[in-house]
Order: sequence, then structure tokens, then C-alpha cells
Amino acid sequence: MSGSSRRTASLYLLLCLILLLPQLVIFASWLSPNLAIWQHLTSTVLSTYLLNSLLLAGGTGLLSLLLGGSLAYLVARYQFYGRQWLSWALMLPLAMPAYIIAYSYAGLLDVAGPLQSALRELTGWRYQDYWFPPIRSLGGAIVVLSLVLYPYVYLLARQAFSSQNPAWQEAAQSLGGRHYLWRVALPLARPALLGGVALVMMEAFADYGTVAYFGVPVLTTGIFRVWFGMGALDAAAQLSALLCSLVVGLVLLEVWQRRQQRFFDRSSGSRRMPLQRLSRRRSLLVCCYLSLVLTLGFLLPAGALTVWAISASDSWQQLAFADLLTNSLLLATASAGLVVLVALVLVYGLRQRPGHLLHAVLHHLLRISSFGYAVPGTVIAIGVLWPFSQLEQAVDVLAEQWFGVRTGLFFTGTVLALLFAYLIRFLAVAVQPLEAALGQIPPSMDQAARSLGCNGWQVWWRVHRPLLTGPVCIAALLVFVDVLKELPATLLLRPFNFDTLAVRTFELASDEQLAAAAAPALIIVLAGILPLIWLNHTVQRSGHAGH
Amino acid sequence: MKFSTLVAGLSLGWLSALQAAEVNVYSARQQELIKPLLDKFTASSGVKVNLITGKPDELLTRIRQEGRNSPADVLISTDVGRLYRAKQQGLLQPVESTLLTSQIPAQYRDPAKLWFGLTMRARPILYVPGKVDPAELSTIENLADAKWRGRICIRSSDNVYNQSMVAGMIATIGADATAKWAADFAKNFAQPPKGGDRDQVKAAAAGVCDIAIANTYYLAAMLEDPADKAAASSVKVFWPNQQDRGAHVNISGAAVLKHAPNQAQAKQLLEYMVGAEAQQWYATANHEYPVLASVPVSPVLQGFGPFKADTLSLDKLGELNQQALMLMDQAGWK
Repeated sequence: MSGSSRRTASLYLLLCLILLLPQLVIFASWLSPNLAIWQHLTSTVLSTYLLNSLLLAGGTGLLSLLLGGSLAYLVARYQFYGRQWLSWALMLPLAMPAYIIAYSYAGLLDVAGPLQSALRELTGWRYQDYWFPPIRSLGGAIVVLSLVLYPYVYLLARQAFSSQNPAWQEAAQSLGGRHYLWRVALPLARPALLGGVALVMMEAFADYGTVAYFGVPVLTTGIFRVWFGMGALDAAAQLSALLCSLVVGLVLLEVWQRRQQRFFDRSSGSRRMPLQRLSRRRSLLVCCYLSLVLTLGFLLPAGALTVWAISASDSWQQLAFADLLTNSLLLATASAGLVVLVALVLVYGLRQRPGHLLHAVLHHLLRISSFGYAVPGTVIAIGVLWPFSQLEQAVDVLAEQWFGVRTGLFFTGTVLALLFAYLIRFLAVAVQPLEAALGQIPPSMDQAARSLGCNGWQVWWRVHRPLLTGPVCIAALLVFVDVLKELPATLLLRPFNFDTLAVRTFELASDEQLAAAAAPALIIVLAGILPLIWLNHTVQRSGHAGH
Repeated sequence: MKFSTLVAGLSLGWLSALQAAEVNVYSARQQELIKPLLDKFTASSGVKVNLITGKPDELLTRIRQEGRNSPADVLISTDVGRLYRAKQQGLLQPVESTLLTSQIPAQYRDPAKLWFGLTMRARPILYVPGKVDPAELSTIENLADAKWRGRICIRSSDNVYNQSMVAGMIATIGADATAKWAADFAKNFAQPPKGGDRDQVKAAAAGVCDIAIANTYYLAAMLEDPADKAAASSVKVFWPNQQDRGAHVNISGAAVLKHAPNQAQAKQLLEYMVGAEAQQWYATANHEYPVLASVPVSPVLQGFGPFKADTLSLDKLGELNQQALMLMDQAGWK
């Protein structure tokens, strides 16, 4: 191994260590397991927690795959009524925090909600005279989470479907194959589809707000029950480590499966796939399906929020909207930049062929360093707080002894700690699209550029950069919107007199003032929509430029 | 800018930073329920208040991690269990104040002067008139009777108010009796526990159950909320255990932290909070029972009638919280 590659490898090793620090802190809790509490958990509720967590993540993953995959395929392949605006409007649910849509649907569909009340009034039935799907249940949580999480699959899959070479379809047809979708399009889009599903499942594993509100006992609610109720932070960290291992196992399984197949488009000229025209009836049908998903995932809950926000308009003046919005936007922008930058460095590290042992080890470290996404934000926050406050105290003691000054909380008392926590938590969101995109660039393309006299930097600038513009925008947007919605880590790590929209929304909602919480919730949604529109333009432009 | 003005400006800024009195508050009461009061304190005392709100155990963890660097002066908690935890973890320091000890009744403050109660919230039985005859009601223990099968709404045992209530029962009737009670009580639920306190009242109003358990604080807020008024009006308050230990109450309180950099201001803030103005604000704006006996409760709370409150040592609630939760796990109370 050459000196420079060794230097690169050690830099990567350092990066991995920093990124894995919070997770290491969590896993280190197993050094002294809290046996009394584990005995209690295994004999009572642990199996329920595990089963429900798996069902929740599996169900949400499957439903999101079905929704996101089908929507992406329809949009990428067919021309139908309203395609132009539906294709971007379908991303809108992304701007809706899961716990907010949960509040809205619970408000609408609960026994005491307007729908069932009207039903009872109309028919004269009483409670239990009729069956109504219970919204506050595991099934309800799966549906509600899928409605806001399917855009991860949709976004990644749409990109993959629409960049597929039309020559493949022609080839498939010329070979008499009728099942282009099943035999060609889906297998080719598999990395993108599964990448999206992996994100959805991790988010479902880490969800706390929705399941807590719906009363579904899962691992995350168990973590907080043990921590808050039993006052056992160590056992809570041990449960978090269990949750994290589950996800590591699932994702490694997916990676291993993906390694069985590797495919690069070696065709020279690439054309854009022409959109297929649909008959009037089918066109209308497709339009209805897309509109229905959009209505359930966005229009209906946003409408409910608007009505509530107006009904509680007298509470608006108490909210310092301008400050909240500025704080939220600054945090979201700064972390989007930071996370995408680190993610780029990471995926290029993953692109190195694992030959040397160090590289192989590094490869796996890089792979697991983005698993913070599956860990509840609060747990990440503790993982960030612990090592850094130890460091701060050591520095403080030394500074006082030597210079007579106190350094205090120079990291955890500032937004820096928050940005670091976001980096750990959302790295996966940026890594997935970037890795999928980089995987589409065959190494032969680099070699060709090098043979034409480009150096490493020029290869990147002239070959990779144009191909990565779209995915980078997607990654940045996903992180931006996620940070805008992020609650638990923000709540725990924010400095004095610093609130965000999500924090205010949560505080009002946790005091059961749902109507008053609607206004800040709506602003989160609006603030997330604008960059979505911008993203759509950029991706489409770069899509055209790339061809 | 001339160098001298710059220096003058800087040193002025430095001086004013030295002089400006500040107090740093970590509050488990959310902003809406504490900021107006802190603003009043700043207006009357000139002391600036810096605020971080959050969940109680998260704040405690943060303070513990920050250690000697922690800027936190005052911890404000919504339940006594967390004040007890802070005390157990050695995070608090005693406050010597004759004002605090003379104003707050002894059962609502820590004997070692480590924490002080500010307000109370009670947890009565709410029943639907017509479906339940109040003569059938007596104690919380009685709700385990088979005649209430499928008729009771209560929120998840994740909630600290339920944990405190059960901890209080363990302290008075013992763990075995409470375990048996919890198992029977859980069988009487009309639906798996879900939602918050308000949702239990709404469910009772919608006919899901005949009895709901919820805090007075939420019921009073619902009565003032146009959207929830109808539901809240359809239930009535019954004060349980009036012949024996009294109805379960939990207190919200405050404490000064061990590493507090601004101890004088912290004490000043605590003393302000038991003053008539602050107590009045808690009572009227927020429908809590003030600890100051001379301050009247809000008209809505007056409508719930007077009651005898459980005088169990509040430390006990904190001490037994973990046991209460394990007991509810075993009883299948989600």
C-alpha cells in the first residue's frame, strides 16, 4: 500500500471513529448490564416490544415500497393527466412530520372525532354498534407512517426508473419479453428501491412520536419507559443498542444481497426514456390513484391543520414565529451542507475496492457509521452529550488550574453539538442517494477519463460532478427537511433561549393543545415545501443537462 | 472607529456583562406554562432569565452530564418524582429561606430544603352522569370491582401521573394488594390505553366508557376550550378516597442546582414563585391548585368542589416509581 493511500485510510479511520462515537457510547452501556431490569423486561414486555417493532418497520417498509415504487414507475414511464404537477406534488408528504400527521388523523378518525361523531349522529348508532378501523393501533401507525415516508422510495426510484436506458426496453421487446417491468425495470431499480425502503424502515424503527401517541408499545417507547419511568438510563441505552443491532443486521443483509449483482450501463449514447401515452380511461385512473395518495398523505392532514390553526388564531401572537422560523431554517441549511459534504467523503471511501485488509475493515466501518438514522434522536443526543461533556470538564479543570479561567460548555452549550447530532442522525439519508448514484457510474468511465489525460480531480469535476448534481440536491433536500422536522435531539441539546418550530409544536401538542400546535406545524410544512419545489426544478434541469 | 472608543466600548460591554444579573432555568414545564411568569419576574426584579425547556429526565441527564460546567441554576419540574430523582442523584443544593419554609406547607417541600412545591394537580374520578350513580363510587381501589368491566378509560402507564398514583397506592396499601388491584383494574378498561388525559374525557363523552381518570388541570383547560367544552361538560368530578387517605395529588416544584453559578438570583426566583402574584397566575391562567393557602383557586376549579388531598410524603412517590411501573407491566396495563 502506498503512503498516500495509507494516509487516506487513516483519515477515513478517524472520520469513522468520530461518526461512531455516539453509537459506541450506547453500546458501551452493555459493559455493565442492568440485570434486574432485563430480567423484568424479558419476563414481561420485551417480546411484545420486539414483535411490534419488527411488524411496524416491516409493514411500513412494504407499504412504502408498494406506494413509492408504483408511483415512481407510473410517473417515470407514462404520460397522463396532471403528470407534470403530480410528479412533484407527490413529494409533499415529506414535509409533514410523522407525529403531526398522526395528530391530524387521530383528531379526524378517533371515536370522538368529527367523522365518527357525524356517523353516530346520522345513524343513531352508539359506540360499539358499528365497526370502524381503529386509528390508534399498530395498523394505524403503519398506514400513517407509510403515508409520509413513501416519498423516500418514490424519490430514489423515480430517479432510477427515468434514467434507465430505453435500449434495454427495446432489447427486452426484441427478445419477445413482455414483462419488461418485472424482468428488467425492477431488477435494475432494485438498489434505489431497497435504498429507499432501508431509509423508511430505519425511520420507522426510530419513530417515537407516532407510536407513543397511538399507544403502540415498541422498542422506542420501551426505551423511554425504562429511562423515564424506571429512572434507568443504563438499561435504556442497552435497549437502544439492541434496536441498533437489529437494524445493522437488516441493512447488512441487504448489502450482502446487493453484492450478488452488479450492473453498469455500458451503452455509449443515452437517450431519455420516451413517455408512453395512456388511453383516456387509464390516464384518468392513474391520475386518480396519484391524487388519492397525495390527498391522504398531504392535502387532508394539511387541510385539517389549517382549520385548527385558524380556530386557534388567538394563540398566534404568543408564538415568536420569526425567531422560530429563522432558527429552524439556519439549522436545517447548515446541517444539510455539513451532512452532504461528509456523506460525499464517505461514499467515495466506500467506492474504493476493498483489497487490503485495512480497506476491508474500513469498508465495514464506513457502512455502519451511518446507522444513527435508526436510533431515536434522544439516544443519539445522549451519545453526543456524554463524551463531549466529559471532555469539556477535563478542559475546564485544566484551564482553571493553569490559567485561572473557566472554559465551561464550549461545545455542548452551543449549536455545534446540535449540528453534530444531526450529522450522526441523518448521514444515512444523504448516503443512500449518493451511493446509489455513484454506483451507476462504472469504474470504466473513470478509467476512460484518465486514459484521456484527466487527473483524479479532473475526473471528479468533469465526469462525476455533472452526474451527481441531481443526487446531491436530493440528499441535501432530504436532510434539510428532516432537520426542519427533527424534534428529540433538538429538544435535548439546544442552547438557552433557542427554540425551533418543531420544539414549539411538540410542546403545545404535549400539553394536549392540538389546535394551538397546528400553526407552527403548518409553518414547518410550508418551510419544507419551498425547497421541494426548488429541488424538483434542479433535478429536472440536471436530468436534461445530463442527457 | 478610534481605538480608544473600541476599548471603551469593549470594557463597557464587559462591565455590563459582569453586572447584568441573570438566572438560568431548566424547565420541565413547557414554555407556554412558565415563560409569562418568568417575564413578570424579570420585569419586577431586573434579573434576566435564560430558559431551556425539555422533558424532565432529559433535563436531569443533561445537568448530570454537564457536571461542574452546568450553567443551570433552577430546575422546574412538573412532578415530584423527578425532584426526588434529582435529589437522589445529588444534583441539588439546599436553600435557606424563611420565606419559602413559612409559606409552603411542610408536606409540600423537602425536609432537607432541597426542593419546594409550587402548585398541585389532583387526579379525581370523572363519571358520566346517568350512566354512573355517584353513590356507587367510593375509592380508586373500588374501580377494580368486576361491575366496572369494560367501563373505564385511562391513559397508558407510560404517563407519570399514573405511575405516581400507583406508587402512592403501593405506599399505603402495600405492593401485593396494589398488584392484585392493578390486574383487576386493567381488566376493566374499555379500550387499550391510548392518547392523553383529554382523550379519556372525550372517549367518555363519546360513549366508549362511563368513567375516565384525568387530571383536574386538563379538565379545566377543556372547559375553557370551545372545541372541547361539550365533551368536558358531559362528565362530573368525583373525589375518591375521601373517607381514608384522600385523593391523589401530584405537585409541581422547583429546586436550586448544586453547581448553580447564580445562587442569589436562583433563591430570588424561588421566593418570587411562592409570592401572591405568581401563585395567583398559576391558579387563574393555568388552573392549578396553589400551595399558598391564601390564594383562591380558579372559578372552574371551585366548581369541582373542595376535597381532601392525600398527605403521603411525596418523597415516597419518587422512591416507588420504578416499582409502580414494573407492577403495571405485570398487570398488562399498557
